[in-house]
Amino acid sequence: MKMKMPASEQLDIPNKVTPYKMGLAEKLYLPLIAGLFVTMRHFVKNLLNPKGMPTISYPEERREYSHRYRGHHILTTRPDGSVRCVACFLCAANCPAECINIEAGEHPDVNIEKYPVVYEIDMLRCVFCGFCVDACPEEAIIMSNNYDMAYFNRDQSIVGKADLMKPYTFDEKRLGYRPYYPEEDAQHNKMRRDAFDLVAMAKAKAEPDPAKLPLGSSPRRDGVAPAPP
Amino acid sequence: MPTLAEPSLLEEISEKFPAGSITAQENSDQPTWVVKREVLVDLAKDLRDRRDTRFDLLLDIAGVDYPEREESEGGRFDVVYHLYSVARNDRLRLKVPVAEADALLPSLIPVWKGANWFEREVYDMFGVKFSGHPNLSRILCHEAFQGHPLRKDYDPARRWILTEADIYKPHFDLPDGEDDLFERMAINIGPSHPAMHGTFRLMAVLDGEAIIASDIEIGYLHRCFEKMAETHNWQQIIPYTDRLNYCSAFINNVAYCKTVEKLLGIEAPPRAVWARTILTEFSRIMDHCVCNGTTLVDAGALTNFWYMYQPREEIYGLIESCCGARLTVSYGRIGGIAQDLPDDFVARSRKLLDYIPKFIDDTEALINKNRIWIDRSVGVAAISGEEAINWGWTGPCLRASGVGLDLRRAAPYDLYDTVDFEVPTLTGGDVYDRFRIRMMEIRESIKIIRQLLDRGMPEGPFIIQDPHIALPPKDACYNQMEAMIYHFKLIMDGIQVPAGEVYSAVEGANGEFGFYAISDGSSKPYRLKCRPPCFPIFSTFSRLINGGSVSDAIVSLGGLNVVAGELER
Repeated sequence: MKMKMPASEQLDIPNKVTPYKMGLAEKLYLPLIAGLFVTMRHFVKNLLNPKGMPTISYPEERREYSHRYRGHHILTTRPDGSVRCVACFLCAANCPAECINIEAGEHPDVNIEKYPVVYEIDMLRCVFCGFCVDACPEEAIIMSNNYDMAYFNRDQSIVGKADLMKPYTFDEKRLGYRPYYPEEDAQHNKMRRDAFDLVAMAKAKAEPDPAKLPLGSSPRRDGVAPAPP
Repeated sequence: MPTLAEPSLLEEISEKFPAGSITAQENSDQPTWVVKREVLVDLAKDLRDRRDTRFDLLLDIAGVDYPEREESEGGRFDVVYHLYSVARNDRLRLKVPVAEADALLPSLIPVWKGANWFEREVYDMFGVKFSGHPNLSRILCHEAFQGHPLRKDYDPARRWILTEADIYKPHFDLPDGEDDLFERMAINIGPSHPAMHGTFRLMAVLDGEAIIASDIEIGYLHRCFEKMAETHNWQQIIPYTDRLNYCSAFINNVAYCKTVEKLLGIEAPPRAVWARTILTEFSRIMDHCVCNGTTLVDAGALTNFWYMYQPREEIYGLIESCCGARLTVSYGRIGGIAQDLPDDFVARSRKLLDYIPKFIDDTEALINKNRIWIDRSVGVAAISGEEAINWGWTGPCLRASGVGLDLRRAAPYDLYDTVDFEVPTLTGGDVYDRFRIRMMEIRESIKIIRQLLDRGMPEGPFIIQDPHIALPPKDACYNQMEAMIYHFKLIMDGIQVPAGEVYSAVEGANGEFGFYAISDGSSKPYRLKCRPPCFPIFSTFSRLINGGSVSDAIVSLGGLNVVAGELER
């Protein structure tokens, strides 16, 4: 409370209402003509310039979203195509919707301690707040521009590692919310470029077989433990 | 004029009451009195009527549960009343302790009519009863719900099977001697009805075409935000606040973050404050657009709906470019904002400011002097300023009744004391004036944003540079051990907020939007009470539509701007 209202500005509190009074023109419905001009103007404008209309023909046309858009999550990968996540559980701890389920496993490489055996996000619980991206110390989870998510049942909505590392991940144009770097800092830029290059390299190296990664299924559901990365 | 900060006034007032029944509580953010329940009603009347107090507005009633507290210290519950004096611009908090075995308080409805629903909420959430309340039933939870969810010993994971057998029984205030429904018709609208924005259920008793009594059932969108807040870290609550008033989610973020900042004793850096002020005003414009557009749809004027939604759509584009989401923004952070503003923010904002007024002008040309609309709205659901305040109204609806109460002027926060703007008021207090006042406020908001853009974006950080409160920058987190440790600690342990209590409010899109937060020094709130502006406004609905027709009731609902997410939390 920086400033108190000066005493001269004390509010008066009326105890009765004084409704709006119509003038003669209004009583004769004359201002409606002005209203008709407004709708006619819009009609003619839209008729002559259909491209300028505010509506868009979704889904053929789509709105442009920024590179901060918080859509479907992506698990980023290392150059060899393995998942970057080290199963530190920070994203799960920071998630306000408690929609991330991780099961950690011992990584065969001694330099990397852990990796997620299971990494699942319940897309129906997720509120797309981006807190997992903020929490990740490895830039292992980022978000995409993809907001097309529809499922036939609740089981499908729990997406696993395979879906989170799926091919649309590699389209840089469709990347969304990522850790923020100030533009002037060259080092940050480099790190970001690296992250994308790694993803692109991973694509070149190990193009995932679509047949092995059915859309909407999750590794945990079919009962087969995934091979170590 | 003596202020409440002076102990002389407390002495003067407490002379009338038995000794020890009113004591001042030290170390509080605003004057706080601990009051014995025996004197509550008399004290409340006194505070309302005395010329040097004039607490004419009951802002909020919040319960607080202290299961460990002994009966000798006051008992298990505190019921906290927040009072505001519109005429004097002053605040007071009354705390009334009650024991669990005898959890009964006198109802304050005779003093402030707005107490009605707030008391029902405290009963629903804590089981504290209010004697003399005409309809003390559950309000947010279902009738079949057992227990009281905001008590500390209530397990948030409990689930109940809710059946139709325990349905809410409407309470009609029929005129005396006319309690039979012979030749009357009771009709039900909602909860799933397009005219009931959100999910409300209106039950009305009709005599011919006129409504003679009605009751409202709410709670269909209740998710107990306040209980969820108690089980999450302070910073994790931000996405939950988005879903309160989802038409202007950023204002909720700001209100919440400012509350926690007040508890922490910090201030956001100038750049964040600048961004918050601008985006708050943009959110206000959006909210008013939605409200006015849908009000007109209810009256059958669909064209305006498209005109009003177009600016909103474009503002969403701007907000999305800042934070990556359109509706549920989660852009505020404790101590600042989540990310820096995009490079083209100022240019885009300026473009929008030129774009919005065209649609406002078009709508006003269609509507303002249109007799069809005037006949539908002038004098409908009218309420005088004095009565509206007694019901607990704030915001544009109150300003349409002639009371120029606006927190941006009465208690300026952020940059509002440095910009030039009007607080418009109208005198009708009806649907027509509530519509016009929102249009005027959109223009004032545009004025505020333009001044701030002209001033230029302040340099500096967008979030407070304190690793105990804000996450360190990502590159530091990747490369420096210290930052990495802070990063881990902040996420695993949360922000350690010092113990204390605070009430902080901002001018939301439909009134005073406040949070009452109690911290016990841990990383989670001990109690977080949201003061939703449309809750007391909607509690007046039965009074507003009395005597009118059903179609009037539908039009007046739109004009009140009741948002279910905020009403039912």
